[in-house]
Amino acid sequence: MKHSYKVGCSIQNLRGIREFIRNALRSYGLSEMHISELVLAVDEMSSNLMIHAHQCNPDDLFELTVEVKDNRIIFELIDKKNVFDINAFSEPTLNELISEKRKGGLGIRLVKSIMDSVEYHNRNGQNVCRLIKKFSKH
Amino acid sequence: MVQIKRTQQDGIDIIRPEGEIDASSSIELDLTIAKSIGEGFTRILVDCSALDYISSAGLGVFMSYIEEMRDKKIRMVLFGMHNKVANTFDILGLNRLLTITATKEEALRALNG
Repeated sequence: MKHSYKVGCSIQNLRGIREFIRNALRSYGLSEMHISELVLAVDEMSSNLMIHAHQCNPDDLFELTVEVKDNRIIFELIDKKNVFDINAFSEPTLNELISEKRKGGLGIRLVKSIMDSVEYHNRNGQNVCRLIKKFSKH
Repeated sequence: MVQIKRTQQDGIDIIRPEGEIDASSSIELDLTIAKSIGEGFTRILVDCSALDYISSAGLGVFMSYIEEMRDKKIRMVLFGMHNKVANTFDILGLNRLLTITATKEEALRALNG
């Protein structure tokens, strides 16, 4: 089953996104810890997209889907116009973050640590960011 | 949504975030820590026992004060984290950069030691 959620680019909506992901993953026998990591990764990708590609415009919508198949959990962030490509951003080191007093940049590290892969596709004129995690029951 | 409560005990500022800290609410944590430093506290405890969730925006706030606290000889200890919240710090190795303890008693020892 594919779960789908459409949401405006207001960071106030991140809470709703986390709830959607938690509910969508509930019935697959994943551990609570595993689910919380996946919720975190999707929150990070969503907030990056909202902030950096849409300047938090609540009227801009994007679609989030979750699908579990072939022992993989696949999340997609589908956006008509914009894309936030984390592979295009340099990953700051922890020391750089401390010395520059930067409050951003950690999210990219989290997503890359949690997910097995982050891919970008163009499908029917839409930008699709696909996050993949291999699925194993604990 | 996060609510942040502050209490003071024996000259220690205790900051207690309740709820979830994400990109929309990390500013609350930032302002609270800034206020504590601005008021001259040199010993700060962060009670994480009612913190249900933290994303990178919140982690970034803690990171951004490390240098200032080092310069001003301010000690900050976080304690009482739930497993899921602790795991978020661990994934990035922030448990090696910040002082984190399980209980308030340990936190007080770390603060005064």
